[in-house]
Amino acid sequence: MSNGRHLAPRPGFVLDVDRNSPPIVFHHGEGFRLEKLPAGRSRVIYPAEPLEGLTDPDGAIRHALDNPIGDSEPLRALLHAGMKLTVAFDDISLPLPPMRRPDIRQRVIEAVLDLAAEAGVDDVHLIAALAIHRRMTEDELRHAVGDRVYDAFAPDGRLYNHDAEDPDGMVVLGETPHGEDVQFNRRAAESDLVVYVNINLVAMDGGHKSTATGLSGYTGLRHHHNVHTMQSSRSFMDQENSALHASNWRMGKVIRDAGVKIFQIETTVNNDTFGREGPLALLQKREWEWSTRDRMQFLAMKAGLDVMPSSAKRKIFSSWQAPYALTSVQAGEVEAVHEVTTANVYRQHLVPVEGQTDVLTMGIPYICPYNVNSIMNPILVMCLGLGYFFNLYRGRPLVREGGVLIMSHPTAWEFHPVHHPSYIDFFEQVLADTTDPVEIERKYEKQFAEDEWYIHLYRNSYAYHGVHPFYMWYWGSHALQHLGRVVVVGGDPAAVRRMGFQPASTLQDALEMASDVVGPQPTVTHIKNPPILMADVS
Amino acid sequence: MGQVSLRVAKARAMVGRFGFPWQAAPVPTGVAPAPSTRQLGADYDTAWARRYPARLARAALLEGVMRPTMSAIASPDRRGLDRLDDLDGPVVFVANHHSHADTPLLLTSIPEPWRHRVVVGAAADYFFGNRFSGAVSALAIGAVPIERTKVGRRSADMARDLIDDGWSVLLYPEGGRSPDGWGQEFRGGAAFLAIRCGVPVVPIHLQGTGRILRKGRTLPRPSRTTVTFGDPLRADDDENARAFAVRLQAAVAALGDEATSDWWQARRRAHAGTSPGLTGPDFGAWRRAWMLGDRNRGIRRKRPRWPEL
Repeated sequence: MSNGRHLAPRPGFVLDVDRNSPPIVFHHGEGFRLEKLPAGRSRVIYPAEPLEGLTDPDGAIRHALDNPIGDSEPLRALLHAGMKLTVAFDDISLPLPPMRRPDIRQRVIEAVLDLAAEAGVDDVHLIAALAIHRRMTEDELRHAVGDRVYDAFAPDGRLYNHDAEDPDGMVVLGETPHGEDVQFNRRAAESDLVVYVNINLVAMDGGHKSTATGLSGYTGLRHHHNVHTMQSSRSFMDQENSALHASNWRMGKVIRDAGVKIFQIETTVNNDTFGREGPLALLQKREWEWSTRDRMQFLAMKAGLDVMPSSAKRKIFSSWQAPYALTSVQAGEVEAVHEVTTANVYRQHLVPVEGQTDVLTMGIPYICPYNVNSIMNPILVMCLGLGYFFNLYRGRPLVREGGVLIMSHPTAWEFHPVHHPSYIDFFEQVLADTTDPVEIERKYEKQFAEDEWYIHLYRNSYAYHGVHPFYMWYWGSHALQHLGRVVVVGGDPAAVRRMGFQPASTLQDALEMASDVVGPQPTVTHIKNPPILMADVS
Repeated sequence: MGQVSLRVAKARAMVGRFGFPWQAAPVPTGVAPAPSTRQLGADYDTAWARRYPARLARAALLEGVMRPTMSAIASPDRRGLDRLDDLDGPVVFVANHHSHADTPLLLTSIPEPWRHRVVVGAAADYFFGNRFSGAVSALAIGAVPIERTKVGRRSADMARDLIDDGWSVLLYPEGGRSPDGWGQEFRGGAAFLAIRCGVPVVPIHLQGTGRILRKGRTLPRPSRTTVTFGDPLRADDDENARAFAVRLQAAVAALGDEATSDWWQARRRAHAGTSPGLTGPDFGAWRRAWMLGDRNRGIRRKRPRWPEL
């Protein structure tokens, strides 16, 4: 870490742990643990330092709009008076944590609307493309698009959340060769031009997924948000080997063939999750590079967090906004744009790693895409660990087949009653019966997906759709299939057992449990994430 | 200001009764008076007000007095500060000018890192007409004297030197407070300075300060205000000060449109060249006043109804 000096950012690397290696900081929900890993057989994968951001983000955005990639005219040429324009944008789940103002979406949307104003476009709608996520509140929308855009469009209903359960607001555009229904937002489908504004945090985001998923509903999503797709993806973060990606691409082609013209604007941010200065900056530093001040700060912070009630801790962490910087912006035809975007994501995230490990350890942080301003419930802990972090690989999984995954998180039996009502029933009813994703999908999915009360809460309150906890569970199905055991350190034993995992009080206990599965003296790899890294496993 | 001068004159007259040496001796007849050493107006030296003790005092005054006062009487709604996020180094801030409340409102609205390193261009003939008001202006708001009645190199050179030293400058290109609630044509000084120094200009629109302390009023009246910061502008390579000043005026007018309607409508009118002008329609005085009321319709104060008998 540069300590404020402007040195070239260092790439990610793998530390081989020896007796002199310091204890490693593990994320542990709204707290931290310092863990000593076994010397001689452990390694720690560190993420790359934040790349330098673009010096003139607004200039770069204007340049991207005027110089599109692929088979597309400049945005200026696509806009004309009398047309119907829809601007769709990523929802609250991106980026994580939410970024400091001005949000990239605001910058891009203002640039797009400025061109639309110049062209005299009257009919403009802005839609938060949230698929079956919860609706964004006014405050969250204001943060994403900025006060100027919100005040101009929201009061008369031209800026709103996508509603996947609105019978009049959705349309099926067709079917892919694989028999997948392509469901789409009607306003977007009937527009002369859809401009999609994306923030690409990880390699899975963006491309056709932006519209084929973001502006879709259960009818379309069920074709790729299922156990088979997840278990067929190696991994869903690696586009070349992702069945999820392939399905979205097939749907994207159907959308295009149906005559929907999409101008895709994709952006990437750097790894500056916790800032170069400030109370959390030490989380971006390597432990041996901590200054005296960092160490004192960590001790004080840990002591304070250890005695603080969880609601207070949640409030503190939820208020953190990342000082992300824009590292690239590209616009034009979806597939050509996404190719460049993915290269830029990899430029920041990929870390070469040699070989697999017996035991993979990870500290689960306080936030995932589905608990922004909310509670990280046990299902989301599973989804983040076994879904997102496990799948952050290219080539082979970091842990060998039959290996053990050790997560560190309090995993409290706690749910946000407004945001996650169906999660509560899923946890109490479904997981009490079975934790097998295939069985869950077969037996319970349809019932939750079509439940009138959940649909009502999704449409009128701020609830995730009834089927959403199922998708979270499916997200981890590749890991569940691959692993021999999952152990959660420091978690609520009852909640951990409900999910079919094993609780452990300390990392040493967890490693003991792991050796029952993988044998004595196992090799251990710790993935130090976030800031985000993606292992390129050879 | 006139009353202050009157009081100073009365005090002098009182002291003058005691004669020399309480009062300066008159110049003997037939002797040429020595050249005046009084440095007032554009010659007033404000360097002392930019040294650390004075800056500290000004910061305390700004945060301890001006900010709560402005919160109480102006209830400012500050918009567009995010437009300054990518800006670095000294800048020229230009704003429309309605009231003596404009400067404290702006000084409490301009964000860091400029807030405590900004000087305010103040009319040399008005604020620096005597030592007392000059010292108070320099200390309280960091005022520097700017000639507005004649073209002089001194003001321009001083402003340039300040920018070279890393200070930002706040100027009111209209040259004085609005006489009738509408804006006035921008003069070229701010644009000239920005071109000469190669720094960006941040246009700012103030809405509502005219109701607090408009020209001719001595006591402030609380009212809601809106401060809208615009995108920083730079002069094009082949743009002269006059053309740049016109562009700055248009930018402030577009911000005024944004403050009274919304950003989207304002952008559309700006692109179509139909933004409402800053200076108002070219009508007679009463019609201008009438239209001004219409423009401020959304935030006019409610009057008590006539009591029912």
